[in-house]
Amino acid sequence: MSSSTNAQMPTEGILIEGLTKRYGKGDTAVDALKGVDMYVAPGEVVGLIGPSGSGKSTLLKCLGAVIEPTSGRMTLGHDVIYDNAWKISDLRALRRDRIGFVFQAPYLIPFLDVTDNVALLPMLAGVSNRESRERALELLEALDVAHRAAAMPSQLSGGEQQRVSIARALVSRPPVILADEPTAPLDSERALSVIRILHEMAHRFQTAVIVVTHDEKIIPTFKRMYHIRDGRTHEEVGEGLAIGAATNA
Amino acid sequence: MINLAGRDILHDGPKFALTGLGLGLLIGVTLSMAGVYRGMIADGRALLDNSGAELWVVQQETLGPYAEPSSLYDDAYRSVLTVPGVAQAANVTYLTMQVRSNGNDVRAMVVGVAPGPAGTPGWPPYLVAGRQVTRSHYEAVADIATGFRIGDRIGIRRHEYTVVGLTRRMVSSGGDPMVFIPLKDAQDAQFLKDNDAILQGRRRTAENPAFNRAGSPAVLDAVIASQSVSRSVNAVLVTLEPGHSPDNVASTIERWKRFTVYTRAQMEAILVGKLIATAAKQIGMFLVILAIVSAAIVAFIIYTMTLGKIREIAVLKLIGTKNRTIAGMIMQQALALGVIGFVVGKIAATFWAPFFPKYVLLMPRDSLIGFFVVMVICVLASLIAIRAALRVDPAEAIGG
Ligand SMILES: Nc1ncnc2c1ncn2[C@@H]1O[C@H](COP(=O)(O)OP(=O)(O)OP(=O)(O)O)[C@@H](O)[C@H]1O
Ligand SMILES: [Mg+2]
Repeated sequence: MSSSTNAQMPTEGILIEGLTKRYGKGDTAVDALKGVDMYVAPGEVVGLIGPSGSGKSTLLKCLGAVIEPTSGRMTLGHDVIYDNAWKISDLRALRRDRIGFVFQAPYLIPFLDVTDNVALLPMLAGVSNRESRERALELLEALDVAHRAAAMPSQLSGGEQQRVSIARALVSRPPVILADEPTAPLDSERALSVIRILHEMAHRFQTAVIVVTHDEKIIPTFKRMYHIRDGRTHEEVGEGLAIGAATNA
Repeated sequence: MINLAGRDILHDGPKFALTGLGLGLLIGVTLSMAGVYRGMIADGRALLDNSGAELWVVQQETLGPYAEPSSLYDDAYRSVLTVPGVAQAANVTYLTMQVRSNGNDVRAMVVGVAPGPAGTPGWPPYLVAGRQVTRSHYEAVADIATGFRIGDRIGIRRHEYTVVGLTRRMVSSGGDPMVFIPLKDAQDAQFLKDNDAILQGRRRTAENPAFNRAGSPAVLDAVIASQSVSRSVNAVLVTLEPGHSPDNVASTIERWKRFTVYTRAQMEAILVGKLIATAAKQIGMFLVILAIVSAAIVAFIIYTMTLGKIREIAVLKLIGTKNRTIAGMIMQQALALGVIGFVVGKIAATFWAPFFPKYVLLMPRDSLIGFFVVMVICVLASLIAIRAALRVDPAEAIGG
């Protein structure tokens, strides 16, 4: 599939059309995004690669509704969330309910145990503690860290922490997951394990996943990639290599 | 929803507890300062209550006998007794001085009380041990805070006294414990000159031709006798017959007898308003500084704790935590710190109050006010941290 500007096209997942972002004003203005087109289908994991300073993080921040784009259009599921202006008033709720974030560092809350780190999101959305924790445990199970459910984040290995942060990103069953260099601090085995988990979860929960990465080892795992250069995206077909049997991080 | 503040506190338990302990000791000092002030007022009231007087007759135009020196002839009480409404009138002397015992000095207020039946104003109203002074010379009743025991020999000026009774909470407005001795002895102690001075005085009088006239030797003897008799007291303590208003009796005495007379209310106003006013302001200044220091410490601690969590706060915001929840978390921690500090402070102040040399009175009302002040300070102090937290950009969690 090529990037499309057809707004009428029925979409699930993520559709970005002609998105621009200019930081600052006047002489010092930086055009970080100059017209980005992108589509990610539900259940698909798409790589976003490009040199440093090319606008990858900027794109994730726009999509994650933490900075406002300058122009263009973004559609999540059936809702246009941005069309030259925000189309949704409660961006906080949008982030909480419909977008999962995975960062380079796991950024778990150090004073909450593993279960509550994951359960916090549904709790914030008003789900009961019991039900929130049940959902959390289910995901921890799926991510193979349930045996560490009562541990504090500081007691986990880097790979375990990253899997917990993926569980946190998934717990609200968001249609979208944005991951910014999620494998950067991990060795290649653990990095591959994390990417495999993202593929599995995307498939299982029909989540559209964007993974920003520099990591040469994981780039071959994407079936489809967007290369971002000079503020513009170029779609590329990847190798889509299957990742071998479960490797525990 | 789980309590984020509580979880954070539990996670950082020892650090939080130590911080609370430090703050608590500071609050304890503050409460003790207030207690010292209350103790001074209570000492003043005890002084007035325990004197048993309803009116104080003092030297004209003075604020005596506690706030200013006052001197009356010791027959003044006789004329006071003639005023209608006066039930009892008793001489009294007060002199703050060093009292010796076994080579130790104790600073005490020596009270000379007139002999009389039980209930005569001036006498200690109750004893915790021993008996009242019964002989007219060289017996003493001491406040237990002097450290004297029954049977101790104590030295006041040139004479030795035997402690026959002990009382308690009998202190001067300065907090010095009292020692009661018979009036005559006290007059000697206060007004008596040493032997050399007496001899020199006699010699000087004898050399004065006006007193030492040939042919009338009785004049010299009379003059010397009149010089060596101490005839002053500091005040006359008066009790009233039932049904007489203190104000009326006081103004009658003032009109007829050319003394200044104070009622209980006026005396209390002098003690609290004049005698300990400077000390009270001193303590008030301390309280203000301690409050500011506590506020600065709480603000600093909460601010540092919050800055240490900027990353987590950015993540919390990114995943959709409301500002209210984050502000609540910080404020709850500040309040928790305040509560821990207050409890520690209250316990500390109660624990160390008895070790103060002067009376420290911890009033529940002061504690309650202190508690609310601590809470308000904590809320205000947390505002700086909350402002910093609310300014955290959720985009920071995503990073570059
Ligand atoms: N807050 C900002 N204000 C001004 N310019 C910014 C801001 N954030 C990013 N930029 C600029 O926008 C451009 C894109 O930055 P961005 O962080 O999106 O790059 P990136 O592709 O994520 O780089 P990297 O791979 O190093 O993380 C860069 O030139 C950067 O200097
Ligand atoms: Mg980046």
